[in-house]
Amino acid sequence: MSELLQFLLSGVTVGAVYALVALGFTIIYNASDVVNFAQGEFVMLGGMITVAAYAAGAPLPLAALVAIVVTAALGVAMNKLTIEPARGAPVVSLVIITIGASIFIRGAAQLIFGKQIHTYPAFSGDDPIRILGATILPQSLWVIAGSVAVFIGLWLFFTRTLLGRAVLATSNNRLAAQLVGINTTFVMTLSFALSAGIGALAGVLVTPITMTSYDVGLAFALKGFAAAMLGGMGNPKGALVGGFLLGLLEGLTAGYISSQYKDAAAFIVILAVLFFLPQGLFGRKSTDRV
Amino acid sequence: MKTFLTTTALIALALPAMAEIKLGASISATGPAAFLGDPELKTLEMLVEDLNAKGGINGEEVVLVAYDDNGDPNKARTFATRLVEDDEVVAIIGGTTTGTSMSILAVAEDAEIPFISLAGAIDIIDPVKPFTFKTPHTDRMACQKIFEDMQNRGFTKVGMISGTDGFGASMQAQCKSVAPDYGIEIVADETYDPKDADMTAQLTKIRGVEGVQAILNPGFGQGPSIVTRNVKQLAIDLPFYQSHGVASDGFIDLAGADAAEGVRLPGTALLVADLLAEDDPQKPVVDAYKAMFEAKTGTPVGTFGGYAHDAFLIMTDAIARAGSAEPAAIRDAIEATTGLAGTTGVYTFTAEDHLGLDLTAFRMLEIKGGKWTLVQ
Repeated sequence: MSELLQFLLSGVTVGAVYALVALGFTIIYNASDVVNFAQGEFVMLGGMITVAAYAAGAPLPLAALVAIVVTAALGVAMNKLTIEPARGAPVVSLVIITIGASIFIRGAAQLIFGKQIHTYPAFSGDDPIRILGATILPQSLWVIAGSVAVFIGLWLFFTRTLLGRAVLATSNNRLAAQLVGINTTFVMTLSFALSAGIGALAGVLVTPITMTSYDVGLAFALKGFAAAMLGGMGNPKGALVGGFLLGLLEGLTAGYISSQYKDAAAFIVILAVLFFLPQGLFGRKSTDRV
Repeated sequence: MKTFLTTTALIALALPAMAEIKLGASISATGPAAFLGDPELKTLEMLVEDLNAKGGINGEEVVLVAYDDNGDPNKARTFATRLVEDDEVVAIIGGTTTGTSMSILAVAEDAEIPFISLAGAIDIIDPVKPFTFKTPHTDRMACQKIFEDMQNRGFTKVGMISGTDGFGASMQAQCKSVAPDYGIEIVADETYDPKDADMTAQLTKIRGVEGVQAILNPGFGQGPSIVTRNVKQLAIDLPFYQSHGVASDGFIDLAGADAAEGVRLPGTALLVADLLAEDDPQKPVVDAYKAMFEAKTGTPVGTFGGYAHDAFLIMTDAIARAGSAEPAAIRDAIEATTGLAGTTGVYTFTAEDHLGLDLTAFRMLEIKGGKWTLVQ
């Protein structure tokens, strides 16, 4: 019993990380249909800038805030310098541009921050919380709380605010959105700022568990992307559920089958889901624009 | 690197009268193996500068032609060819990873140029190839050292949790193959991806195995730190062994002194420079390298920079003894190296042994109170 619970808690710990990264994909995708492969780099920057600011003597909350603000600014810069000049290019080209941007950010981070692995203290100490013989670290609760908070924020943003609806309208039809008076350039800038900020928040929260170095972004992006696809790209609920589902699948496979097949099992389930539900569990129905 | 090359080229131009010895290097200073290659390249550059300041080898200046192969075996092969054909070096140091080393050794053997690799796998020197040598001990030796310690403590049933990266997978296989020699049974064999965030599921499974007496974690990078923290999180009180892959102060910082308490691993003398006996043959060389590297770079010395130090030491020692910079003469002199104390161990090469180290090169270390201590 306590073994099953530990496998589940392990899955939840990992899943919360995936969910938080997956949520970051949502906004840019909703604004432009572009899957931003530099999202993992935003997560890395969140962690690395916090490490640097903390090492420079800033208290941890301030360091985290600096990291989120700076990363959001870098997200805006990435939009202005790479995506905006290529406006009008097909989505696939834009996706490839984001891959290029991610390689650039990784290289720059390597030069600026070095190649060492870093971490900083967990927010609420390292004493594990015991639940019926199984344990979970307090930092995992922070990550879970963070992913739920970001989910609620995004859900309210997209369904309750005019701005959120403007983002969705831009994605649906940029020209029509412009015609009804939506400033689509601003919407794109905003979506990059928010996505980068959410990515950085993810980095800030997960670094005490996963540690960070200049090259962690790719692994985050891949797993976060898989989680987002599983749940349905663009839907915050899908990102959240997809993330936790992926984590639990890995935890249970590692526990009951074999850790060798953990990633394979997770990806087989994703393939099976996408085979029957090509838009993911909660994805919006695709309507072809004619 | 470019500036470095230009500087050395300028120095070479400025001193036309002085003969020079050209050493080649292909190191993974960037890319996935960067944190190994970076200190290696810094070490080589520092030692060349120091050697030339002291008058070079037998009055001849040493010029280092270094390329960054990015951890890519294809690039390493290209650079090795360039070193041999364009730069006309007399010997090559490098190959940060096993993959790049295998590429370089093919070129070096063809051109009959002596080559000292800085990578771990035993395949590099087994079977022995005439021109290829290496400085790091093999992962097989690390397994033997760990199992020797386990045998002394009376453990026979061991659970393993290994990274799926090249380092972890290779050591996992080596440990499983030598375990029976020490009467040890591997009762659990789990793995994790090096970028995983949590390994409590695997550890819970190992803890549940009947009769398991100790846990061994072959791995590299942040994975072992997370495993160490998870062992503490689950309050598993079994003796816990790490590999030489994490033998650096960074490991204690990342895992936390609290979680790392009592962890044992095989490490080199470099890590415990302060604890070495005064009459230890490695003490002078370890102290000198540590002082020079830390003053120069401001970062603590690590095992990997030490491998490059030893390769350079063996190479320059051989060239000095050979009294000539002909590749064949250097090769013969390297093979005749006897009792040369480096940071990794005391090297004695023979025609059958191009590694030159035995198990005594490893020291069994235990972390106590956030510090390394020697296990007697």
